[in-house]
Amino acid sequence: MMPTTLLRRGIQIALLAGSLGVSSGAAFSQEINLYTTREPGLIKTLIDAFTQAKGVKVNTIFVKDGLAERVEAEGDKSPADVLMTVDIGNLIDLVDKKLTQPVKSSLLDSAIPANLRGANGEWFTLSMRARVLYAAKDLDLTAFTYEDLADPKWKGKVCIRSGQHPYNTAMIAAYLAHHGAAKTETWLKGLKANLARKAGGGDREVARDILGGICEIGVGNSYYVGLMRSGNGGPDQKKWGEAIKVVLPTFEGGGTQVNVSGAAVARNAPNKAAAISFLEFLVSDAAQKIYAEANYEYPVKAGVAADPLIAALGNLKVDNLNLTEIAKNRKEASLLAEKVGFDN
Amino acid sequence: MGIAALVMAPIVVLAGLAAQGSGGLWSHLATNVLPTALHDTILLLLGVGILVSAIGTGTAWLVSAYEFPGRRALSWALLLPLSVPTYIIAYTYLDILHPIGPVQTALRAVLGIASPRDFRLPDIRSMGGCILLLSFVLYPYVYLTTRAMFQTQAAGLIEAARVLGTRKVALFFRVALPLAHPAIAVGVSLALMEALNDIGASEFLGVRTLSVSIYTTWITRSDLPGAAQIALVMLLVVIMLVMAERWARRHRRYAASTKRSHPLKRVILKGPAAAGAIVLCVIPIVLGFVGPAVYLVSESIKRVRFGGISSSIIRELLNTITVSFIATLAVVCLGLVVAYAARLERGRRLSAISLRVASLGYAIPGTVLAIGMLPLITGLDAVLDDIVQSIWNVPLRLWLLGTGSGLVIAYTVRFMAISIGGIEAGFTRVPASLDDASRTLGKSAGSTLRQVHFPLIRPAVAAAALLVFVDVMKELPVTLLLRPLNFETLATHLYGEAARGTYEEAAIAALLIVAAGIIPVVVLGRADQKT
Repeated sequence: MMPTTLLRRGIQIALLAGSLGVSSGAAFSQEINLYTTREPGLIKTLIDAFTQAKGVKVNTIFVKDGLAERVEAEGDKSPADVLMTVDIGNLIDLVDKKLTQPVKSSLLDSAIPANLRGANGEWFTLSMRARVLYAAKDLDLTAFTYEDLADPKWKGKVCIRSGQHPYNTAMIAAYLAHHGAAKTETWLKGLKANLARKAGGGDREVARDILGGICEIGVGNSYYVGLMRSGNGGPDQKKWGEAIKVVLPTFEGGGTQVNVSGAAVARNAPNKAAAISFLEFLVSDAAQKIYAEANYEYPVKAGVAADPLIAALGNLKVDNLNLTEIAKNRKEASLLAEKVGFDN
Repeated sequence: MGIAALVMAPIVVLAGLAAQGSGGLWSHLATNVLPTALHDTILLLLGVGILVSAIGTGTAWLVSAYEFPGRRALSWALLLPLSVPTYIIAYTYLDILHPIGPVQTALRAVLGIASPRDFRLPDIRSMGGCILLLSFVLYPYVYLTTRAMFQTQAAGLIEAARVLGTRKVALFFRVALPLAHPAIAVGVSLALMEALNDIGASEFLGVRTLSVSIYTTWITRSDLPGAAQIALVMLLVVIMLVMAERWARRHRRYAASTKRSHPLKRVILKGPAAAGAIVLCVIPIVLGFVGPAVYLVSESIKRVRFGGISSSIIRELLNTITVSFIATLAVVCLGLVVAYAARLERGRRLSAISLRVASLGYAIPGTVLAIGMLPLITGLDAVLDDIVQSIWNVPLRLWLLGTGSGLVIAYTVRFMAISIGGIEAGFTRVPASLDDASRTLGKSAGSTLRQVHFPLIRPAVAAAALLVFVDVMKELPVTLLLRPLNFETLATHLYGEAARGTYEEAAIAALLIVAAGIIPVVVLGRADQKT
């Protein structure tokens, strides 16, 4: 086929496709474009609140995987203003690939503790969640360490999602930082040997599988407990949430491992000022309250209370590891999980 | 050639990426990743291959060669599982068969067992479970292609064998099966490529295929070169599959006589034989469609009662249908061109190779293809922007990516194999003597295609269009990465909901995907009942 014909056909297709529904309402004088790895349902309330408060429209695209690749490929024509992720690893990745830009904002700096943002404002934490233990109700458990997960007494009784999921990668990375590679490998092998079923599914499946008698303990995120128990995920999930009790585990001699959701201003942001005002809005008391109450996350801003369902899980003592260290160990953690055949 | 180049481009990008990888990483992949991944992949392909051939060919034969009550309805209902995406069947069966799901709860009630801790069925999250579930929804590829073969040009020979007194069983194994070989091969290879590039269901069911490994290598370690290396290994598997299939039928020609083919005359079944045929046809429909559909309907009803329907879903439905329609149009037109070009240049190696290459897009996992397409689309965008800037002085920015045109281009690359495969199979049934006659009478190649071939291959084109439409509608990874801002389809909506675990809300989107997928199935069913 001749290239010219191909080109012509390509243009025809493109013209047709141009009619796809990409509405650009003219009702707002200002817009920002948000690229997010966060499920749109979780941030919709926040976005609506921002639009209402500031009169800025937020266009979104949920890019679960490949956020960095897309922004990188778009280059200096990229319409992206704000990049948002649910995991510290992905966030640091954006910074490392130079896809973000430094931001100076006294509002952001005063709301977010220094260890939870980039030194030059290349990234900011917006909320936190803890990696906690779900356990069958009738188990006599009050304290637990991450190290205990490999204890042979739990053989055939543990459920967990894939060892390659960012949440678990971060947990393994934190373990690496505490104990070094050799001990982490032994621990992972022990944990793998304890699994009641293949590693996989989501955190909520852990609760469901505990209710289903497949396992007795498992690892999941704190905010799922709130989502399930509140009944916001429907009556079935309420049952799962109520079938478990939750223990906030710690590292031996450390605290509970937390992961963060965060955001950064994109390097080529066409609407930089509005993008910064969006981030500032997200750490306002009102928005942090939404993070706590609608998403059951721990607010990053001191003075904003966690939701009662989450506060009831116990006093969160955050592990003192630096987040960037966890992000740095991410690759090694993933390789280790593959080495011990965690998901096989 | 141009189209083959379009499909080749992401592969070249991949190879480039793979070359950036460090050698040290390769040893990790070779010792810790590839053995399991290859083992799981081969087992999965074997299992799915055997099951879809058996179900697809068996049911196609029953509805083509025999007459029994309900045959007409069953013969299109057998296509219904096609409307259920693999990730949806995985989610629904995990729910249905979970220890606290309806099946096991009822079972415990019957057996008088109080707690699931005392009695459980084996977990569906296993290799066996994955093979079964994928086969339930992938067999229609084989059914569709094979049935068309039985009903058209194989009919004459089958009837001749019948007249000669060949018995039922021998007729199927010795006459019908060998005749249907090319059709079965096309169907099975489509089903296997789907199984090979599936990530959703495999990952969910704990099967670590090559695709799943590519995905985790890329995502968890941000190691695109490593992922590209595994992707190339996988491509090798595909090329071997395709070559094995070509080799197996290297010397055969399948064109029937020029006479207008007439449908196979059906033998009437009565009593137990008829009942048996009905049961055999009903089982795959129930497992692959009715079960999941009933479950989704009941979940959707629960959801509507609990929280109502989100208003955006209608818009998402429209988006899905529009983009699927445009992509189908593009894929089928280009497929027609490629298949016809190959026919015109029969015997020339180059066109045969480009035909094969153009089919490769289907075998690359969607996620990887999307990554490979990204720099291409943005590169094209940059060129377009420059041109428009210099002529009209208007900034176009990222027009292809921003309008969804980039998405359509990516779908075209991804699903080209379906239309080329189907249309090519249609062309093989048209004897070359027709082309020669038409050209001798002074018709151009174009008008020969329009006036001679098209009427003859219309059913094949329609079947290809149907498969492409349904596939685009279900497509997830490419859509997620390459869509414009504020553009949600049913699949992306479903994925978002599933990602945060609000399954009931997801059930509505899933149901709509399945429902919209039924429409083309019905259209096709009607079309071939007219013939």
